[in-house]
Amino acid sequence: MDRRKFLKLAGLSVTLAGGVPGFLNREVKARAYTPPPGALTARRWGLAIDVRKCWEEPNCNECIKACHHLHNVPDIPDKKREVKWIWKDEFEHVFPDKPNEFNNIIFTHKPFLLLCNHCEHPPCVRVCPTQATFKREDGIVMMDYHRCIGCRFCMAACPFGARSFNWVDPRPYIKDPNPKFPTRMKGVVEKCLFCYERLEKGKIPACVEACKKKALIFGDLEDEHSEIVRVLKSRFSIRRKSELGTGPSVFYLL
Amino acid sequence: MYNSDKVIPGIIIFVLFVTLPIWWNHGKSVAAPEPELPKKGRCVESKEYMRSHHMQLLNVWRNEAIRQGMRIYTSSDGARFWISLQNGCMKCHNNKSKFCDRCHQFAAVEPYCWNCHIPPETKKFKAPKASGLLKLFGVPPVLHGSSQAESYGHAEH
Ligand code: HEC
Ligand code: HEC
Ligand code: HEC
Repeated sequence: MDRRKFLKLAGLSVTLAGGVPGFLNREVKARAYTPPPGALTARRWGLAIDVRKCWEEPNCNECIKACHHLHNVPDIPDKKREVKWIWKDEFEHVFPDKPNEFNNIIFTHKPFLLLCNHCEHPPCVRVCPTQATFKREDGIVMMDYHRCIGCRFCMAACPFGARSFNWVDPRPYIKDPNPKFPTRMKGVVEKCLFCYERLEKGKIPACVEACKKKALIFGDLEDEHSEIVRVLKSRFSIRRKSELGTGPSVFYLL
Repeated sequence: MYNSDKVIPGIIIFVLFVTLPIWWNHGKSVAAPEPELPKKGRCVESKEYMRSHHMQLLNVWRNEAIRQGMRIYTSSDGARFWISLQNGCMKCHNNKSKFCDRCHQFAAVEPYCWNCHIPPETKKFKAPKASGLLKLFGVPPVLHGSSQAESYGHAEH
């Protein structure tokens, strides 16, 4: 066989071996993935918490109940192993740097609502070895529970204690499970995801919806005309540990 | 041949022993699994495709939905579906033990998905089981401690 013939034959066999079965393969047909219509979108989602309105109802935990029920967050009585997405703690713990001694007197023991801050520069995302946690284009710090290997680097990196580890199987501690949402399992880390699964359906986060006092304002921080930007421009607000430079997206209106 | 009276029976015994699994299961047949299909309607793709590729499809689905925010799936014949396991597949296949499990038991696969995803027939979760190790050290399987409600109490002053 001369060189020319050999090359022709080789070319033909490659085409037959690779191209034709690939062409006939049914998997090549169009299968498309598209975003859901009617979803709420933003360039950077943020939350403003009007703490004074919140204090009007000191015993109200509607936001916490709504969130924890909807997302099958277990109620584990052991404080060392509890799992929480949104919770309350007192001023001294939330703002340990104490703006000044008089503020400290006014605010001592006052409850503040806490949740994941969905930072602009999230340290948890930088340390995650599997990209189980990542930042979405709309600012939400997402969790892909399927990829979480439970190394807890993210928990060490988060300056706000917003992440919980499942030390035990959470299921026995979920009294009234929501069949529409999965639980988590032993060995994964979890946290608030700004209700991305509700935003996809055009609904605002569950905590914001549940608040009777309308103390929670959710919106796009990069939209001049959104309610949250208007409120943040007109009132004094603080963020937790902003000196660390993580850029929290949760604001406390005082 | 030396010692043929020992070697030949030895070879016969060896051959019988090695082919034991064939004799053991001879004549027995395992019934093919019969997953309970929805009475009417269609699946997201053809039956044949689903049978052979549902695991790949589910894997792509979860990546697209969670990592890319793509919740709508357009099938190869143009039908559109909301991407979800619990609120998608399991809305039509509304009994996991009579559908998914029947095949999976046959194929001896145990997808870990149900550690988190709730099968449609599950309404309540069971109390935690005491493992052998916990029993050995007398550790109660249920965690105790101050209840969550109490821990907020001090915030009222
Ligand atoms: C809209 C309803 C519907 C949805 C959603 C749906 N299925 Fe189906 N599925 C069916 C029906 C109906 C059949 C039987 C098809 C037939 O007989 O041609 C079927 C067949 C199947 C089969 C083949 C069973 C066999 O005996 O060969 C598998 C596997 C399957 N589905 C898995 C899934 C998975 C996984 C999902 C989610 C990604 C899903 N289905 C979503 C309705 C649905
Ligand atoms: C027609 C029989 C059949 C039905 C019905 C079926 N499966 Fe499967 N499934 C299989 C087989 C066979 C395998 C193993 C394939 C292999 O070994 O590669 C498998 C594997 C899987 C895997 C991958 C498991 C692993 O460890 O790699 C997942 C996930 C899965 N199935 C999900 C489902 C879900 C969810 C349903 C119900 C909605 C379902 N399957 C219904 C036959 C079935
Ligand atoms: C560690 C817990 C966990 C495990 C294990 C797990 N998932 Fe998920 N999965 C989730 C959570 C949480 C979501 C987000 C649900 C939502 O957005 O509504 C999700 C979402 C999904 C989705 C997309 C959207 C939806 O709403 O269902 C698919 C598809 C999916 N999982 C498939 C699987 C399959 C297949 C397996 C097994 C191979 C699996 N998952 C195992 C926790 C888990």
